[in-house]
Amino acid sequence: MAMRRSAGGASQSRSARHKQLSKCPTGIHGLDEVTQGGLPRGRPTLVAGMAGSGKTLMATEFLVNGATDYNEPGVFMAFEESAEELAANVQSLGWDLKSLIRQRKLIIDQVRINPSEIEETGEYDLEGLFVRLGHHIDKIKAKRVVLDTIEVLFAGFESQSVIRSELQRLFRWLKERGVTAIITGEHGESNLTRHGLEEYVSDCVLALDHRVNAELSTRRLRIVKYRGSAHGTNEYPFMIDQDGFSVLPVTSMGLNHPANTGRISSGIKCLDEMLGGKGYIRGSTVLVSGMAGTGKTSLASAFAAAACKRGEKTLCFTFEESPQQVMHHMKSIGMNLMPMVKKGLLHYHAARPARQGFEQHLVTMHRIIEKVQPKVVIVDPMSSFTGPDSRLDATSFMTRLIDYLKTKGITGLFTSLSYDGEPLESTHAKVSSLMDAWLLLRDVELDGERNRLITIIKARGIGHSKQCREFVLSDKGIDLVDVYLGEGQVLVGTARATAEARSEADRAADMAQVKKAHRTLEVKRQALEAQIASLRAEHELNELHYVNLSDKRKRQLNASRTAQDNRSRLRGGTKKNATRK
Amino acid sequence: MPRSRKPEWLLQLYIAGETPRAMSALGNLRAICEEHLPDMHQIEVIDIRKNPSRAECDQIIALPTLVRRRPPPARTVVGNLSDINKVLASLDIRPAKTRSP
Repeated sequence: MAMRRSAGGASQSRSARHKQLSKCPTGIHGLDEVTQGGLPRGRPTLVAGMAGSGKTLMATEFLVNGATDYNEPGVFMAFEESAEELAANVQSLGWDLKSLIRQRKLIIDQVRINPSEIEETGEYDLEGLFVRLGHHIDKIKAKRVVLDTIEVLFAGFESQSVIRSELQRLFRWLKERGVTAIITGEHGESNLTRHGLEEYVSDCVLALDHRVNAELSTRRLRIVKYRGSAHGTNEYPFMIDQDGFSVLPVTSMGLNHPANTGRISSGIKCLDEMLGGKGYIRGSTVLVSGMAGTGKTSLASAFAAAACKRGEKTLCFTFEESPQQVMHHMKSIGMNLMPMVKKGLLHYHAARPARQGFEQHLVTMHRIIEKVQPKVVIVDPMSSFTGPDSRLDATSFMTRLIDYLKTKGITGLFTSLSYDGEPLESTHAKVSSLMDAWLLLRDVELDGERNRLITIIKARGIGHSKQCREFVLSDKGIDLVDVYLGEGQVLVGTARATAEARSEADRAADMAQVKKAHRTLEVKRQALEAQIASLRAEHELNELHYVNLSDKRKRQLNASRTAQDNRSRLRGGTKKNATRK
Repeated sequence: MPRSRKPEWLLQLYIAGETPRAMSALGNLRAICEEHLPDMHQIEVIDIRKNPSRAECDQIIALPTLVRRRPPPARTVVGNLSDINKVLASLDIRPAKTRSP
């Protein structure tokens, strides 16, 4: 039945859909973004939701914005409230309905139906409603119409079939009149609306929801369908506050954030070095997780202080400590944040997470971010929202916040408290995938002493150190110390110092031994050299002796030869003869 | 108490143009009145097409609508008044045949 009816509606509007679908801006914060321009112009839109889900307010804001900002007068057919009640309800939002009525930009017509006073005999139709509405539209040349809540008709009249056919006629008629209409409908058990109004309104259906989870209420909006238009299918949190109706996220829907390449110091020199020497990537999101007392806030504050020193506005959302407390504590580690606050560079916003629902927090945060226009945003700790009870909600909350920060090019640092007994690195599994960098702070207890360790679990786009460092907080500030890596273990704190001292002593002992060996060797060498010298001397002596001997022999030989010659000369023989002989 | 010069019963029939349904309602109403309220009724036909602001003032949605303005309190019947007994009951008109103190 439902299928056939909507199919009929489709054929009717097919010719119109060949043209670019014209949209009618609602002027409602965020709604025009999620619907990519507003409601379908000249067509009815069904807004379904439970009692108190904000249907009437949304419809009223649609008319008020139309009348004041878009020069589109509107007619409000109120089936439940009187014009006075409506005007009084929205007065706190700064909307002066009475003035709009006087300016002929708005007509509120209260349709009172008292079923107990009405008897039915025979055939009838709802032409009276058509005549009234048509009259109002003509009177102020209305472009927008609200029927709130038209389902009252079902209670007002016995013949449901008449109501159904008349509603069908009404929605057709509204289209013919070319007015952009919002029809509100009460949420039903099995259907979107109690009386299945969604069967008649085939162009655009929005559902408002109001859920209470862990005693916190969260309002959500979903685009059930939007014929001829692309739209997000998610549930978008929305809220109602002193500025009216806001749907979130305000801008970002996708992952088309500009990729940032600029780098930004973490405020801690050694940490910058661990992060490829230059710190975080500008516009990225950093998660700092750790157990209680591991120094998350200090790490965040150091980052904030560094940003302020560069003259960049920084906004800190604190959900566990008051700004005064944070500043006082940071002073104890040599960080004076007060002057930065006074200069208007550092902004604090403290709130209890349990005070509001997610969406309200998100809107509040959006508003403050819009106001302050920071370059750096710190959320300390975000785990206030990601408590074990409500992690699902928190993930969507965080996604929206992170998306928002990224489109704005704001660098975000989120701290997250790990709970005892949870596996450290899986605690933040859902949120951590959204983060560009993740620093893990750990407590290491060894020999009756607690020490802090910092590790970079990931840092997208940064060639980062894979090593643990000891995270030392002192009155001189934050420092990272190389841990003792040796003997197959990681040692920190006193243990590190002891181990380092021990190995220092070992080294000294080794050195002494080496020196000793060296000396022995030297002595041996010297002895050997002496030996060589004496041998050489002996050799030289022998050589000398040999030379003397050979000289002596030569001389003797010469002497004997001379004597022979002399003798032969004396005998008269020639030397020639003598040889011939 | 009804004033002496005016008929005791004032019945207003709201219609939007002279549609067949409106005409049948008017015919039914006239027949009922002639039979059960002879000489003590007045029928006023209000065409809200000609006078749309009356629809808003008098809270008219369904058509045709018959409103008993006099005697008070006001009573409303919607439809073409085809079920005569129901109309009589709704308007608290005692049928002529059984009228007795």
